[in-house]
Amino acid sequence: MPQVDFEIGIGGAAGQGIATPGNIMARILARRGLSINAYNAYQSIIRGGHTFLTIRASDRPIGNINTKYDVLIPLNQDTMDRHLGLMKAGSTVLFDGKSIEPGTAAEGVQLCPLPMKELTGGNKLGGNMVALAATLRLLGIEFQALEDAVTLQFKKKGEEIIAGNVEIARAGYEYAEANLNPFSFNVPNLGKRMALLTGNDAIAMGGVAAGVKFYAAYPMSPSTGVLMWMARHARKLGIMVRQVEDEIGVVNMVIGAAHTGCRAMCATSGGGFALMTEGLGMSGMIETPIVCVDVQRAGPATGVPTKTEQGDLWQMLGAAQGDYPKIIVAPTSQLDLFKTVPELFNLCDKYQCPGLVLSDLLISEGTASIDPDELDFHPEIDRGNLILPGGSEEADNPYGGYNDNAYLRYKNTESGISPRAVPGVPGHIHIAATDEHDEDGTLISDEFTNPHKRQMMAEKRQRKMETALSQIGPPVLVGPEDATVTLVGWGSTKGVILEAVEQLAGEEGIVANHLHIKWIVPFHSEEITGILSDSKHVIMVENNASGQFARYLRSETGFSAHGHIRKYDGEPFMPHHIVEGVKAQLESETQLSVPTHEIMV
Amino acid sequence: MSTTVESKPQPAGQPSGDSYKGKIHPDWCPGCGDFSVLSALQKALLELNLEPHKVIAISGIGCSSNLPGFINTYGMHTLHGRSLAVATGVKLGNHELKVIATGGDGDGYGIGGNHFLHTMRRNVDLTYIVMDNQIYGLTTGQISPTSIKGMKTKSTPEGSVENPINPIPLAMVGGATYVARGYSAKLKHLVELLKGAIMHEGFALVDVFSPCVTYNLDNTYQWFKPRIKILEDEGHDPTDFHAALDKGYLWGEEIPIGLFWRRTDLPTLEQSEAVLEEGGPLAYRQLGLSEEQVRDLKEELY
Repeated sequence: MPQVDFEIGIGGAAGQGIATPGNIMARILARRGLSINAYNAYQSIIRGGHTFLTIRASDRPIGNINTKYDVLIPLNQDTMDRHLGLMKAGSTVLFDGKSIEPGTAAEGVQLCPLPMKELTGGNKLGGNMVALAATLRLLGIEFQALEDAVTLQFKKKGEEIIAGNVEIARAGYEYAEANLNPFSFNVPNLGKRMALLTGNDAIAMGGVAAGVKFYAAYPMSPSTGVLMWMARHARKLGIMVRQVEDEIGVVNMVIGAAHTGCRAMCATSGGGFALMTEGLGMSGMIETPIVCVDVQRAGPATGVPTKTEQGDLWQMLGAAQGDYPKIIVAPTSQLDLFKTVPELFNLCDKYQCPGLVLSDLLISEGTASIDPDELDFHPEIDRGNLILPGGSEEADNPYGGYNDNAYLRYKNTESGISPRAVPGVPGHIHIAATDEHDEDGTLISDEFTNPHKRQMMAEKRQRKMETALSQIGPPVLVGPEDATVTLVGWGSTKGVILEAVEQLAGEEGIVANHLHIKWIVPFHSEEITGILSDSKHVIMVENNASGQFARYLRSETGFSAHGHIRKYDGEPFMPHHIVEGVKAQLESETQLSVPTHEIMV
Repeated sequence: MSTTVESKPQPAGQPSGDSYKGKIHPDWCPGCGDFSVLSALQKALLELNLEPHKVIAISGIGCSSNLPGFINTYGMHTLHGRSLAVATGVKLGNHELKVIATGGDGDGYGIGGNHFLHTMRRNVDLTYIVMDNQIYGLTTGQISPTSIKGMKTKSTPEGSVENPINPIPLAMVGGATYVARGYSAKLKHLVELLKGAIMHEGFALVDVFSPCVTYNLDNTYQWFKPRIKILEDEGHDPTDFHAALDKGYLWGEEIPIGLFWRRTDLPTLEQSEAVLEEGGPLAYRQLGLSEEQVRDLKEELY
């Protein structure tokens, strides 16, 4: 059992300054070696509305947030009213006693009206800092940690701003020391600094580690963080970053850059991905590898732009007309995003096809702590069968002259993989065509549409993927094999399902195991069928309305899950949603559980 | 392990007339204006002594977009309307390549209109040749964005009621830095326009009247012949923006061809991007991060 596992909520209107105290708090906790998971619930407005940041910290690894708070910092009345009911016994609510009415709290909740005006010296933006400092005091964290974090946070704003914030922080800290009851636990210092990153940062960093030289995007929540990271680092890291007129332009530009030999990438959300789909078919047809990320949000159409969902699976499976090889992967966490992007680039270079990543708002905008030793910035780079110019005296080049006919870009090899020369290489002139083409690139409709050649080339492309499955790891069943229930998830829900399994075992006495699937195409049908056909009761857990993955699983394996837990209200699963669904399905004939989210955020 | 191979350089030879001859004979209709455009482009490349492997022709979809298949340079035959987006990516990926985008009026001014506007304002260093036949040919004869008002086609049996795009003023105000119009029946003149466009540093549009002898029976060689006036013969100054706009708007009894507008005072997109200042084409650069870069990235994470 963990010694320390607590959750802090900071909420207010957009523009009230929630991100800054949130960042400082998360930093301080991560620097002490705690595992962090943070998630910001917000709306598509720049000022006003309701924004609520949850930071959970624990001394053991966690992969999700919860909705049972130890500390609530409401910056306005609305936040107080919405969230007071979620406070645990022994928890504390810190608020401006002048402007906010506390309401009725459950027993054991410490309501702490703070004399904000006095403590901040009238600085209207200082209330957040006071509450933050008071919280740290209650958690038993020394003031120096806060001073260091404040200094780092405001270092670009100059000495005066830093000093002002430190002074306000000290007032809050000392007030809490003198007037408030500390928690029953102290936050330990585990002695190892943890790194903090969002999934969007992780995608971008995975990209640069893989050698991305070209990144293009059109801003679209919740994928814009990748563009901003890339733009910030473009000059330092030598990456061409372009904001393009639309997502059609994005994917075509990325394919153009990739065609010259760059590793090139783009990220978008479902609507932008829809515009990119024809381009993905081009990547498949001309065999120019790219990586394209879809950070899913609640759809369809504009949907709920700032809320999470796993609703784009079938869009991705069906992206672009015709058959073409592609790889689809749904990473399970921020760290997994970082590690998967370079792996995917190697696969795409090897198989000369597009690679698609399904992320979602939950992990892309959510923040997690990561052990820095896990961040390998020098992953293996394998470009596959690529021919670059450069004049190596060692390599053979049997081609010659400007009108050389010996090189076949789309050579019908046994593996289906053909040697890929990039423009500029002497002796390898060819055309890359989205029309069906012959081995040398000639459009078959420019001679006579030849059904035998068409069949040959379709089979060549398809054949490339025969070995792909052996290059990626199959999913692994976690937990006892003879469990009562098997929970199956995919992508971003791994952390919350793991915790639900623990809660089922601990609080409910139900033995569950967990199969989490990450590689969608190609699919480990055999391994998955083997595992699930031995399971007693299989329940699919997914963040969409129609059970997209359950249908995919059935289409690939013939296996139908016994039950489903689905959430499609825009908010992520909490562990108890899954626990309650499992209990309901074991106790009755229910095969579908749809949890109700308890707070309006 | 990487199986990347690097190719030995070829002995440099002087390109000859055959160097640009494609493997496939063009399958355009006999009499199509596109034959002359292909021929003019091959002549321009030869006269500029550009090596075929350092040139890439990138098209969209349509009759004229088949051109990259008929010329011996690197080529891409992309999607309908997307040639300029792909060409921009190619140019930024390897800015040492001479990039020539080709296509038709429907491809460039219709479905690709958005990319057309934005590629111009970015002043990407590429040549865009639009074989403008004022009709959709490959779909067997429907109106295009440059079809004249009143034109009867299979999609406008009673005559088109829409106004056409005039690409010349559109390109001028859109930010193109070299704006020309050629005519496929004036081959020598077209070769000179193309040479100027290819050597121009920045976005160059060469809109070429390239009559469709099968589906456009309005704007034929006979129709153009008395109307075409060559700007170079009239002493037009291509650095005079307002005179160029006036000429660009002329349509009817007199239709000017030639170089309307050129400016050389604006940097190209590639010249404006610090990332390309040194280190050669992005495509050929070493992959991966230095220890110093990694240290800086990690430091951001605490």
